[in-house]
Amino acid sequence: MTTIKILGTGCAKCKSTYNNVLKAIEESGAQANVIKVEDITEIMTYNVMSTPALVVDEVIKIKGRVPDVSEIKTLLG
Amino acid sequence: MFDWIHYFADWLIYGVFQLSEESKLGTSLNFFVYDTLKILILLFVIVFIMGIVNAYFPVERLRDYLQRKKLYGLEYFFASLFGSITPFCSCSSVPLFIGFVQGGIPLGVTLSFLITSPLVNQIAIAMFLGIFGLKATLIYATSGILLGTFGGWFLGKLKLEHLLTDWVKEIIANKANAASFEEEKRTLVERLPEITREAWGIVRGVLLYVIIGIGIGAAMYGYVPEDFFEQHLSKDKWWSVPLAVVLAVPMYANVAAIVPVIQVFVAKGIPLGTAIAFMMATVGLSIPEGTLLKKVMSFKLLMIFFATITVFIIISGYLFNLIL
Repeated sequence: MTTIKILGTGCAKCKSTYNNVLKAIEESGAQANVIKVEDITEIMTYNVMSTPALVVDEVIKIKGRVPDVSEIKTLLG
Repeated sequence: MFDWIHYFADWLIYGVFQLSEESKLGTSLNFFVYDTLKILILLFVIVFIMGIVNAYFPVERLRDYLQRKKLYGLEYFFASLFGSITPFCSCSSVPLFIGFVQGGIPLGVTLSFLITSPLVNQIAIAMFLGIFGLKATLIYATSGILLGTFGGWFLGKLKLEHLLTDWVKEIIANKANAASFEEEKRTLVERLPEITREAWGIVRGVLLYVIIGIGIGAAMYGYVPEDFFEQHLSKDKWWSVPLAVVLAVPMYANVAAIVPVIQVFVAKGIPLGTAIAFMMATVGLSIPEGTLLKKVMSFKLLMIFFATITVFIIISGYLFNLIL
């Protein structure tokens, strides 16, 4: 199963990323485990400087912007 | 370039609403419609252009540049310049800070970036351009970048690394392994719809603040007496700049809301330098930003950081009043 992590300290953009991820999973029917990472020390282990960031199976796919639903769907394959 | 907005505002207020050109309400509303439209257009254009710039120079690339190049003292200037082109979001300031020091960039250089980032940002530039014109905008941006340069340099000289919080020191000591990132391989044209969407999102996000700011400004414009501020905060009173700055530091106002209000202050006799200093203190330093930075800085370091910037802003306020 795919693991999706959303890195972000809880700002508005991070929340809309999270919502888009949920919507993408719902629409595509993909099996995925979604984790919100809000702890700054944990975020920094990914060496990300601009939040929100989207991590799919421990690979950073997107950072510093909010991806839309269709883009997340392509990432989920 | 913006003549058509004038015609539109005149047509709407004096034509459609039948308000008199002589009435206070009429002129205030006309000013409101004209300013709001002009600023929204400028905001969109500038945010869009900055979106393209950022697609080419993401912050990671800027950091790598600072890491690799020997810049012989110019690194403070470059860090400050990069801070001005990176879109500022207060929730990103901590990750940015850590990312910089983790990459081995000296604390002073990191602070240069951190000072300029909120001070000179796309929204401030668009608001300034719309309200005060090109010359004042260039002066504002240049002085913001110089302030970040010298502020960071000065703080770097103080050797404050021991005042960082413990977990930050730990991060510096054992550099975490960077996770891999797949660089975006899409062309600019492919990214344009997304940049446009994001620019529109930012404009929509500040829309309310722009309207509130211009609304307050328009109301004040019509009703505050001509020489009200002149009597109270004029150029020849030495304490006017420090007073304006000290009042502004704890204030947290959206930059989109504060500029139209400052415009009225200036129109009613406050020197532009004092007004710019006031604005810098409002957007550059605030209590919410302080609480965020508290995660990476000890209280003492935070105080030194705030005090240094406050003093630098006061100095630049005096300089503006001398040259403007």
